[in-house]
Amino acid sequence: MNLATFFQQLANAASLGSLYSLIAIGYTMVYGILRLINFAHGDIFMLGAYGALYLIAAAIMPWWVAFVVAIALTGLFGVALERVAYRPLRDSPRISLMISAIGASFLIENLCVVIFSGRPKSFPSVPLFDTVVNFGSVSVLSVSLFIPVITALMLVVLLYVVHRTRTGMAMRAVATDVEAARLMAIDVNWVISCTFGIGSMLAALGGIMWAIKYPQLNPLMGIMPGLKCFIAAVIGGIGNIGGAVLGGFLLGFIEIMVAAFLPQLTGYRDAFSFVLLILVLLLKPAGLLGKRQTIKV
Amino acid sequence: MMLETQGATMRFGGLVAVADLKLEIDANEIVGLIGPNGAGKTTAFNMITGVYEPTEGRIRFQGKDITGKPAHSITEAGIARTFQNIRLFSTMSVLENVLVGSTVQERPNWITSVLGTPGYRKRTKEVRDFAMDLLEETGLAEFADEQATSLPYGKQRRLEIARALASRPSLLLLDEPAAGMNPQESIELMDFIHHVRERFGLSILLIEHHMQVVMGVCSRMYVLDYGVTIAHGTPDTIRLDPKVIEAYLGVD
Amino acid sequence: MKTRDTILNLGGLAVLVLLLWWADGHLGNYAMRILNLSAIYIVLALSLNLANGFTGLFSLGCAGFMAVGAYVSAILTMSPDIKEMNFFLEPLAPWLQGLTLPFGIALIAGGVCAAIAGLIVGLPVLRLRDDYLAIATLGFSEIIRVVITNLQGLTNGAQGLKSIPKYSTTWVVWGVALLAVLFMSRLVRSSYGRQLKAVRDDEIAAEAMGVNVFRVKVVSFTLSSFMAGVGGAMLGHMITTIDPKMFSFMLTFNILLIVVLGGNGSISGSVIASIGVTVLMEAMRFLDEPLNFLFVKTDGLPGLRMVVFSALLMIVVIFRQRGLMGDRELSWESLARTGLLPRSRNGGLA
Repeated sequence: MNLATFFQQLANAASLGSLYSLIAIGYTMVYGILRLINFAHGDIFMLGAYGALYLIAAAIMPWWVAFVVAIALTGLFGVALERVAYRPLRDSPRISLMISAIGASFLIENLCVVIFSGRPKSFPSVPLFDTVVNFGSVSVLSVSLFIPVITALMLVVLLYVVHRTRTGMAMRAVATDVEAARLMAIDVNWVISCTFGIGSMLAALGGIMWAIKYPQLNPLMGIMPGLKCFIAAVIGGIGNIGGAVLGGFLLGFIEIMVAAFLPQLTGYRDAFSFVLLILVLLLKPAGLLGKRQTIKV
Repeated sequence: MMLETQGATMRFGGLVAVADLKLEIDANEIVGLIGPNGAGKTTAFNMITGVYEPTEGRIRFQGKDITGKPAHSITEAGIARTFQNIRLFSTMSVLENVLVGSTVQERPNWITSVLGTPGYRKRTKEVRDFAMDLLEETGLAEFADEQATSLPYGKQRRLEIARALASRPSLLLLDEPAAGMNPQESIELMDFIHHVRERFGLSILLIEHHMQVVMGVCSRMYVLDYGVTIAHGTPDTIRLDPKVIEAYLGVD
Repeated sequence: MKTRDTILNLGGLAVLVLLLWWADGHLGNYAMRILNLSAIYIVLALSLNLANGFTGLFSLGCAGFMAVGAYVSAILTMSPDIKEMNFFLEPLAPWLQGLTLPFGIALIAGGVCAAIAGLIVGLPVLRLRDDYLAIATLGFSEIIRVVITNLQGLTNGAQGLKSIPKYSTTWVVWGVALLAVLFMSRLVRSSYGRQLKAVRDDEIAAEAMGVNVFRVKVVSFTLSSFMAGVGGAMLGHMITTIDPKMFSFMLTFNILLIVVLGGNGSISGSVIASIGVTVLMEAMRFLDEPLNFLFVKTDGLPGLRMVVFSALLMIVVIFRQRGLMGDRELSWESLARTGLLPRSRNGGLA
């Protein structure tokens, strides 16, 4: 393992970590507000990619417009999903919500299998992202550089929105105490819709960038990343955006590095995230950046 | 000395919910724990019953140290409680709720339960008879097979007490048993508490806001404010204590 | 009304036996397979219902425990020749190679191993809150699957096992299903059943009433895993091939679907839903397959079946959370209230 390969893997890890972070943020935001594990979130990530694919294939707009439209549409889909599958169950036991989320996830996946067919489709190549960049003996695809940069940009925007706008403040209020927020004349439904919208748009962005880096799309592509990103969010501290980012990068990093340095364990790669999850849940259930919550008896 | 707490303190992060609690309860006493809302009374209960482990201090029951023991073993040792917000088993009947209270007497295990061994059947019958007795005592026998949560509020509170009594405790902790009751019901409750103490020979620690009930039933009281014990004595002493008056009514 | 119930129970049993005997002789292979699959799903649904419906533990680990049961029992019943044929990439561990046991023992061994797995998973995980418990059990299920895929010398890895002896006959699976129903109804109605329900209704109150909540959860989870293992074993011996890919979350989802539709916390609901959903799944296979009916030709739409079932699950959970039976049971007493049978004096309240 020489320095060049190491840097290559580092770039890969940064990309994967960024992608995981984008998706993990959506999970953590929804969980923070609704205490719901949105099982369908991984499928929203998939929808973003397919959306961009079909919009580009329709050849009615330049690729970057297609991306933006796909992201916006997916965001709307996320809002609609909440309205249909989760809002009616707002006052029900959490398990019903979870079952609905699982059902929604399977529904979306299989609907996409029916509509898009289960066979993998190739994502069109965009020259800007496909150029090879050389740093001395290290060569990376330009996309691997774009991903962390775009992610960082999105994070800055998101943190600005959450901490410096009224909507963001409303979101934080609802995440802390729904009843109190309602009493402060905060439109809780609007806040929840916003949360789903933002989370879904970030996931869609992640999906598109994923599709650029790994151009084979299939309707079930969101399952594994979805699960892993939820794990990432838990590891970092569920409900905490910084935690989601930390968890996403940690997970991406570990995955790439283990694959690179311990190839004999490749078969177990998928199991790592789960092992990590269980360790975190047992040792520090609030996650790396989370706070303990005591229940009032 | 049946129950004594020595310097029991409960800290949640930076917040001190209960500071240095020194409680003493003797056999057959009815002791009151009062104070404004948020004073830490239920937290004190939770420390005694094992829901929380005290951050500092010790709790001794009948000579044994029960600090930080799991709640179910504290119940086994002989302390039972009711809850501020009624926590009945919503899918079960009145009788079934009381039967769960008898767990420490019955100690069911899944094998004998499924097989229905003679030992199991005998224990089940004993426990059931005792449960029906308790329902008679609390005036709930006619509702035995009704769903517990379909009972009117006042009866639900009595059911919680019956359920707590099913474990044959030596010390009963009642958390605001008179909450939401009108004056008539409160008086009935007072008599009921006296009756329970006589009939079952136990000590009672009572959290209450209804001054009438507390003054009428307790031989001694502790007053908590912001987690600190600000006064302790008989109802008459407490009634006139300036610190207590200040805590409840604020300074002029 | 004990005598009435006993007579009706024995009568019902006789009717079931007659039905199965008739079916065995008259229905074709395909129909029998569906019938027997229903029985296996009854056992699986009851296993999930025990943990989830009656004890309130939202576990998504079913498929993993099924896999353990299936693999253990398969390896114990296959003859050395078949084993050698299967393990061509890497030979099976020698102490297992020559070991062949009768089905009954293998079935129980499968269940016991699944129960042990349940204990190992449960001890750390059962202290977690509902949604975390769900993810953790799902995680363990996936870990089990990954481990099975990688232990080439024990499980034949991704190749799976073929030519498993077809021991799951009609009588075996329905016998086991009957035992499962019997076990569950006795457990649920007993004092221990009350403990389970108390934990489900209000853990904190249960603990305060002296119930050792953690131990109850562990017992329930372990028993549930045992049943899932037995179910998985019977499945393996019915379809004769198993591989790690079939024990995916999809399988757990199917069982979850059955339990939710039938009513979380209802034994009769699980029985009815198991049969109903199994039959429906097969009946709807036409949705997935290409149609070649007279002049109508469509290419199959694979996935449409699951779309329908996912939608069904969501509709039930949103509009009728309690499923078919909620947490009530179909009992002779409830039938009596419709006037068809003699009622007991106090209306069946005991």
